[in-house]
Amino acid sequence: MPDEFAVELINVAKQFDQVVAVDNVSLQIRDGEFFSLLGPSGCGKTTTLRMIGGFEMPTSGNVLIGGEIQGFKPPFQRPVNTVFQSYALFPHMTIFDNVAFGLQMKKVSKSEIKQRVNEMLELVQLSDVGRRKPNQLSGGQQQRIALARALINKPKVLLLDEPLGALDLKLRKAMQLELKALQQRVGITFIYVTHDQEEALTMSDRIAVMNQGKVLHLDTPEEIYEHPANRFVADFIGETNFMEGKVSQLNEERVFVAVDDQVPVPLLPTRDVQLGQVVTVAVRPEKLSVSAEKKREVDIPGTIDEVIYIGTDIRYIVRITEKTTLAVREQNRGGLSAQRFSIGDHIHIGWYARNASLLTE
Amino acid sequence: MTKRLNPQAMKTPFRFKIGRYILTAHGLLSYVFLYAPIIILIIFSFNASKFVTGRWHGFTLIWYQKLFVDEAIGAALRNSLYISLVATFVSTIFGTMVSLAMERYNFWGKMPFDALLYLPIIIPDIAMAVMLLLFFVMVKIPLGKLTIIISHIAFDISFVAIVVRARLAQFDSALEEAAQDLYANNWKTFRYVTFPLLMPGILAGALLAFTLSLDDFVITFFTAGPGSSTLPLRIYSLVKLGVTPEINALSAVMLLASFLLVVLSVWLQKGGDGKVDFM
Repeated sequence: MPDEFAVELINVAKQFDQVVAVDNVSLQIRDGEFFSLLGPSGCGKTTTLRMIGGFEMPTSGNVLIGGEIQGFKPPFQRPVNTVFQSYALFPHMTIFDNVAFGLQMKKVSKSEIKQRVNEMLELVQLSDVGRRKPNQLSGGQQQRIALARALINKPKVLLLDEPLGALDLKLRKAMQLELKALQQRVGITFIYVTHDQEEALTMSDRIAVMNQGKVLHLDTPEEIYEHPANRFVADFIGETNFMEGKVSQLNEERVFVAVDDQVPVPLLPTRDVQLGQVVTVAVRPEKLSVSAEKKREVDIPGTIDEVIYIGTDIRYIVRITEKTTLAVREQNRGGLSAQRFSIGDHIHIGWYARNASLLTE
Repeated sequence: MTKRLNPQAMKTPFRFKIGRYILTAHGLLSYVFLYAPIIILIIFSFNASKFVTGRWHGFTLIWYQKLFVDEAIGAALRNSLYISLVATFVSTIFGTMVSLAMERYNFWGKMPFDALLYLPIIIPDIAMAVMLLLFFVMVKIPLGKLTIIISHIAFDISFVAIVVRARLAQFDSALEEAAQDLYANNWKTFRYVTFPLLMPGILAGALLAFTLSLDDFVITFFTAGPGSSTLPLRIYSLVKLGVTPEINALSAVMLLASFLLVVLSVWLQKGGDGKVDFM
């Protein structure tokens, strides 16, 4: 059922001279979805987006928009619009003319253009700037105009290339929520490219984590955060403790991994592993707790190497073997529960077995 | 030792002071050297003496009056304007096209082509003049206005291309992509986005070409034929008979015109992207 998908990529690859930018990527993006392509710079996420927009042509594979093969169609024949990283507002035109540009190219009647532009400027809460030039607006305002200029064409899919990258942190956070709310209101499929994992987690319905031209994990933000598919994803999204070891014991309820051949760590049996296989255990710092005695199902004794006060949290670096330290993040609740340890204290780290992931790659 | 550590002496050592005076004097003298002859020329175009002797005989506008009724000079001026305008028009189109090709596309042989494009700027005028003359004789085009126009186009293209390319280099290609994204095909993208944004550069290039064309002597001298004398050629033939205040007046007018054109060209290159940005 190809028409279920707003955008579909089938074995798409892109090569620049000798460099493979996108390596055989297949994606299915649903109608009305907020979909993010997330990865470090140079991972191929922007190239993937540009191939959907028609700014780059795939070396091989097919891009389908609304079930239609795009082939070598130029951007102006595709039912998608783009919000560029630099906004790319036309500096010689007024804001009104910028927003009206797409409709003018489509030869929509003047009265309709006027009405729709005004509606659109209202939607992005900038009704009174129509007669100004782009350089008379702030970065945040320019960003909204870029959005309005794209959305006014009622595209099937809106492509956004790091649109918040140039804004300062506070404005970026506000725009994230605004953008998500706007997307739900207009019901258009958004494909959003970002290298900011927090941004992707906040806004997306689904995320594709990319590295070196490949999609490494595609799922909901929660699944990606809680059960990363591999070490790269676990490391790139948020902060993770890694422990290396061999599988030492297997039964129906638990898998045991002997970390550094010493400390047995129990995990849920979620993956096909064999006895003696070398694996990685990943667990997030905020899932760990530090206490004077054993408290949780998983319990590992250790000594405090470092105590870092961050304000909202207190961060402990705890040594559990000669090779391995774990970072623990405890919320700074203050009052009675604020049990502070000091460097050199012998303590217990505890967590629930379901919160740790077993990674084989 | 104590003298050296004296904070008063440390502030501006004598040798630095001297250095600053010398530097200032050097700067001033450079300007005197450059502009004194021009100023003297202009002053003596208002001198009420028939001879350029260096003695002041009172203020007059008679040389300017004479200038405007001189039939030969009028004909030379018309030739100059005609040649410069045609050469500017053609070279602006070609120069813009070539700079677009160079900036936007990669093609086989681009490097040597690029280098050759700027050759007319580097090689001596006299060499280019002789080459062009030989060429016209070889292909048997009679010398006249046409040959002057072709020669001017040949060197104007390079200057237009340089100016337009400078403008293109600062051009954000995302703007063109945005236009394409908003349903503008290649022609409409050029018409509504690329061309208007490039316009100040194109105009600046055209003005530069016009100025160079209007002022050119060496190449014009070699490629001119009977009846195609331009203003610089006319001045030269007048000077051969002796310098008159009339020539001073003519030079002053040409100087003013060139100066205004260059100022306009610089102003266009600087501004023109929405923000009015007076030098």
